[in-house]
Amino acid sequence: MTATTWATLAALGAFHGLNPAMGWLFAVARGLQERSRTALLRSLPPIAAGHLASVGIVAALVTATRSVTASTALAVVGGVLLVGFGLWRLLSERHFRWAGMRLSAAQLAGWSFLMSSAHGAGLMLLPVLVNEPMPGGHPGHLAAAPVGALPGLAAAGVHTVAVFGTALVVAMLVYQVLGVGVLRRAWFNVDRLWAGVLVAAGLVTLIRA
Amino acid sequence: MTRWTPDPTFYPSPREAVAAPAEKLAYVAAFDRTASRPDAIVVLDTDPDSPDYGRVVGWTDLPHLGDELHHFGWNACSSALCPTAPHPHVERRYLIVPGLRSSRIHVIDTRPDPRQPQVVKVIGPEELAKRAGYSRPHTVHCGPDGIYLSALGGADGAEGPGGIAILDHTTFEVRGAWEADRGPQFLAYDLWWHLTQDVLVTSEWGTPSMIEDGIIGELLLGRRYGHAIHFWDLAKRRHVQRVDLGDQYQMPLELRPAHDPTKSYGFVGVVISVEDLSASIWLWHRDGDAWAVTKVIDIPAEPADPGDLPDLLKPFGAVPPLVTDIDLSVDDRFLYVSCWGTGELRQYDVSDPLHPVQTGSVHLGGIVRRTAHPSAPDEALAGGPQMVEVSRDGRRVYVSNSLYGAWDDQFYPDGVGAWLAKLDVDVEAGGLRPDPRFFPHGEEFRGLRVHQTRLQGGDASSDSYCFP
Repeated sequence: MTATTWATLAALGAFHGLNPAMGWLFAVARGLQERSRTALLRSLPPIAAGHLASVGIVAALVTATRSVTASTALAVVGGVLLVGFGLWRLLSERHFRWAGMRLSAAQLAGWSFLMSSAHGAGLMLLPVLVNEPMPGGHPGHLAAAPVGALPGLAAAGVHTVAVFGTALVVAMLVYQVLGVGVLRRAWFNVDRLWAGVLVAAGLVTLIRA
Repeated sequence: MTRWTPDPTFYPSPREAVAAPAEKLAYVAAFDRTASRPDAIVVLDTDPDSPDYGRVVGWTDLPHLGDELHHFGWNACSSALCPTAPHPHVERRYLIVPGLRSSRIHVIDTRPDPRQPQVVKVIGPEELAKRAGYSRPHTVHCGPDGIYLSALGGADGAEGPGGIAILDHTTFEVRGAWEADRGPQFLAYDLWWHLTQDVLVTSEWGTPSMIEDGIIGELLLGRRYGHAIHFWDLAKRRHVQRVDLGDQYQMPLELRPAHDPTKSYGFVGVVISVEDLSASIWLWHRDGDAWAVTKVIDIPAEPADPGDLPDLLKPFGAVPPLVTDIDLSVDDRFLYVSCWGTGELRQYDVSDPLHPVQTGSVHLGGIVRRTAHPSAPDEALAGGPQMVEVSRDGRRVYVSNSLYGAWDDQFYPDGVGAWLAKLDVDVEAGGLRPDPRFFPHGEEFRGLRVHQTRLQGGDASSDSYCFP
């Protein structure tokens, strides 16, 4: 993968990490509830793990499929998927439903997995991975699939490190300095923006395919 | 369509909500006891700089008859900022208005003109019965994953168990019954929660057949109305613990948990003790791993000449205070207690929740006293302070005078009338007094009785907060 690809994956990670719905706000809430910065810090690794699982599945699937099928077909399917999901996110007013705040680390990771998946976090990586040049593999050879998944997992890993880093910085900033009052002014509707980006990314993938 | 920035009426914490701007309008549920005219949502002007201050400035008739509007609430509130399922870009816009007698649920849009709300959806009793198995919908709370609606009756509309139905946040359709396991709970009334602690609390009144034709003396003296509160696991939707107050303490109704999400206590008002007609306020709190209650306020009955009393009370020769509503200020400092029988609103400083200190009292109406409002000193008032609502900054308190159609008629048989008063609070020293400029009453309500008030942008009993 090129430096641009890695940078793009990291930038997408920062974008996901900034979104309060993706986990840092939950970490802050746990910190404030327990009056403990440790509670905040302890919450972030499970949240990152859940995110990793969510994007990892999609990324591994994409790169493994790429190593066995024509990338045009994959790009078309992926593009259509993105546009469809993006439009649904844009037009549907339904939001993620969850009641319960006292979660164990495993439950927290599960929550993060569901939240990331519901937002289509993994799909966001799709255009990056689909447009990546093939690393001289053996297209059409089924045995290549497990190996083909590795670049996807690496991509998900880099992405998640960026999510974690961004979430950590924002969570600490809000907890220590800004206070949650900042939410009232600064919580831009990233979900709507996100949906728009998903549609655009899908269209770009389709055009290139 | 969602907003780009959070609804400005959502606050992450009660600390911030206290700094909210003063409400300019209030919405009041009004109902026709004779069921010959539609019930209505009435809009009051609460802006002291407006020429219409204290007047009715909007009126929305409901499409049917005989709903008996009672309690109602917002489609969304500050809980939309809660981190597990945030959706802060929705609007606080729709009033969810149940008919306690008809079991119809109305969705009323306060946009585009907040003074002329529009009925945009009506959910029939059959849908509530079919999907959730409930009837007689009562309390509405905006939760993180849907709208929670308590209901007094089962699907047949006469008996229990009552419980909680969930409405969809977006479509307002009835999604189903909330309870996965109701344990020993059968009677229902109010619900609220400690949102960040995954605790839901419910209280008990009676089944529809126990209340709809008036309070039944034999049932009351037989200690058959509710006398317990229930604690639930909010995440698992399971009953956890029933805490019995003792069967002499009949009808624990309104639940007011601390707004500070790190606190684990709340207040519940008990209408009457069958041993001495007193009313009481109880504090629920943690006791190790379990929940416990402690009685923190006792309000004795007042001796009276039986000649001054309605038939129901003549044998007792006393007026029961009848604590029918309580409300806790957003900063958790003052608790307001309505004594609907004796016609008094009390204010307690509950900074130390186990040891409330009375800091204020206002008399209006009352079964025997009939205290007049300062702006109309010659008009003896019937009813008493009943539903009480507190502004987010804690400076203004609104009280209305009807309890419940059939019960109004028993305790105020010569007519309960209709009035709504605003009281100004001294938030530093405590104490409160009626605002002489704000007293809509009588004909202003066109013969309807007035029940719950909701303030534009939220109030002390509308919002829950996930951050301290």
